Amino acid sequence: MLDGRGLIRRRAGARLWLSGLWLTVFVLAAVLAPLISPQDPLAQDLMLERLPPAWVAGSEPGYWLGTDSLGRDVLSRIIYGAQVALAVALVAGLATCLIGSALGLVAGFYRGWADRIISRIVDIWMAFPPVLFAILLIAVLGTGLTSVILAIVIIDWTRFCRVVRAETLNQSKMDYVHSAKVAGFTRLRTLLSEILPNVLPVIVALLTLEMGIAVIVEAILSFVNLSISTDQPTWGGMIAEGRTSIHQAWWVLVFPLIALFFTVLSFAQFGEGLRERFDPVLR
Amino acid sequence: MSGFLEIRGLSARLAGTGQRLLRAVDISLPAGSVRGLVGESGAGKSMIGKAVLGVLPKAVEIVEGEILLDGQDLLKVPPAERRRLIGAKAALIPQDPLTALNPSRRIGPQITDRLVDILGWEKARAASRALEVLAEVSIPEPERVMRLYPHELSGGMRQRILIASAFAAEPKLIVADEPTTALDVTVQKQILKLISALQARHGTALLFVTHDLGVVSKVCDTLSVLYAGKVVEDTTVERFFAAPQHPYSRALLAATPRHTDPAASLQPVPQAVIDAAMAEIAAADAAWSAHG
Ligand SMILES: Nc1ncnc2c1ncn2[C@@H]1O[C@H](COP(=O)(O)OP(=O)(O)OP(=O)(O)O)[C@@H](O)[C@H]1O
Ligand SMILES: [Mg+2]
Repeated sequence: MLDGRGLIRRRAGARLWLSGLWLTVFVLAAVLAPLISPQDPLAQDLMLERLPPAWVAGSEPGYWLGTDSLGRDVLSRIIYGAQVALAVALVAGLATCLIGSALGLVAGFYRGWADRIISRIVDIWMAFPPVLFAILLIAVLGTGLTSVILAIVIIDWTRFCRVVRAETLNQSKMDYVHSAKVAGFTRLRTLLSEILPNVLPVIVALLTLEMGIAVIVEAILSFVNLSISTDQPTWGGMIAEGRTSIHQAWWVLVFPLIALFFTVLSFAQFGEGLRERFDPVLR
Repeated sequence: MSGFLEIRGLSARLAGTGQRLLRAVDISLPAGSVRGLVGESGAGKSMIGKAVLGVLPKAVEIVEGEILLDGQDLLKVPPAERRRLIGAKAALIPQDPLTALNPSRRIGPQITDRLVDILGWEKARAASRALEVLAEVSIPEPERVMRLYPHELSGGMRQRILIASAFAAEPKLIVADEPTTALDVTVQKQILKLISALQARHGTALLFVTHDLGVVSKVCDTLSVLYAGKVVEDTTVERFFAAPQHPYSRALLAATPRHTDPAASLQPVPQAVIDAAMAEIAAADAAWSAHG
């Protein structure tokens, strides 16, 4: 017999496994880059410039995805670029999540002056256009990976704060919170062990989304040359360089773009998949 | 004789507008007895329950009065001490079993946490006590149920679990705020019987909030009729159903559906009665303002 719930479960499963698979490849590539990349990502060789990918006529063995206009191996550069993307996703994503969620929990649960102050700051923050804000911050902080991460945290904590506050507010109205109060649990314990588990699915979904966003933001900043030095390959930097030779060597632009696209998509899908799988309320 | 729960002259109002919510409420509940709290929606029934359990909304302030729990005035002890007193001696059976259990935690810890963390029981003892009370409310396979999440259980089962949880620490007082309104009719009867049986067996005092006089006649010993935050009649169940004293009580009784004579039941409360009750309250308020 056809069971609707089974179907949904299976779809959620595919979503989770496909995105999980890509993210695993992504993380392994970043961590094992020195071991697995076929070439030195920085080695230039003018004899090898603009080699096409392996399956196109005129390719060279060992250069699977071709080379760029300086003769650097595209695949190796993508693999090394994953390092920057992963670092930004993890550090910026987690820091943004921790700060934003903590403030959101406090504002939504304790209300009062804490909520008024936090909500006011969020309102002011949201009034800045984020891209301009980022460029401005980098101008002040200087370029470099730390600045990029700082900028993401400073701009994006409000995303967590707003959503987590709203969800905490919702949960606080539930009878189980009331019962915890009657039973004599402290406010802090009620927040951490009664409310937090119910807000956690939202936080996790936001976290993975934020990791994807962090990867994109880093790529954009690299694209406009505001991220890190040219010694370390980044996907954004590769896309920027590939843009100038799109007609002669499309692969220089297209492959990092695909890597970026799948990574960002996978982060978002992974979060959704986790939520569908583990949120006992949705299950 | 003074009761286990003794509410004396309790008045409360909304902090912002000053609107009166409770007007000099007196309620006495001897150990082991059941008092019904009836009245129409907004009369302040839940407000009294919340005051007793120390969970009034922030917007509500108590103007005067005493709430004596086992001889101690809850309004005079510091908040932390009050939390401890209430946590140790009283419990709540909530209205809506769907939201009264934490959806993302398993049933077991939701019953035992309170015993372990607040009352200082040993884990093993709390777990065996939880199994015991779950069995007492006729939950099949209590060991398995302890490991389930609320969404895996029906509304009736969840309400049984909440009842078990309320009785787990052997409280001397339980406040039940419309514990059956969220359930369907067939389940309602079972749950009522269950609460009655446990109350009798454990000798718990029960403050039973409801707007259903039929329920009152089955479960309660005494009742307080509340109108606009004022107790307009305080009597025993026999006397109330034989001869209600206050005009509002009579109207309330007339408005209750009766199976024997459906046509004669469901009379709306006459406007004259409402006007009279309001006038009475206005007079009391005037006297109150004059002396305060
Ligand atoms: N959080 C709150 N803030 C302000 N006023 C409130 C709040 N909760 C209830 N009230 C007001 O207090 C009064 C009494 O409410 P209460 O909940 O005690 O009524 P009730 O008798 O339990 O009614 P019901 O049968 O609908 O549950 C009502 O006038 C209500 O509007
Ligand atoms: Mg109520």
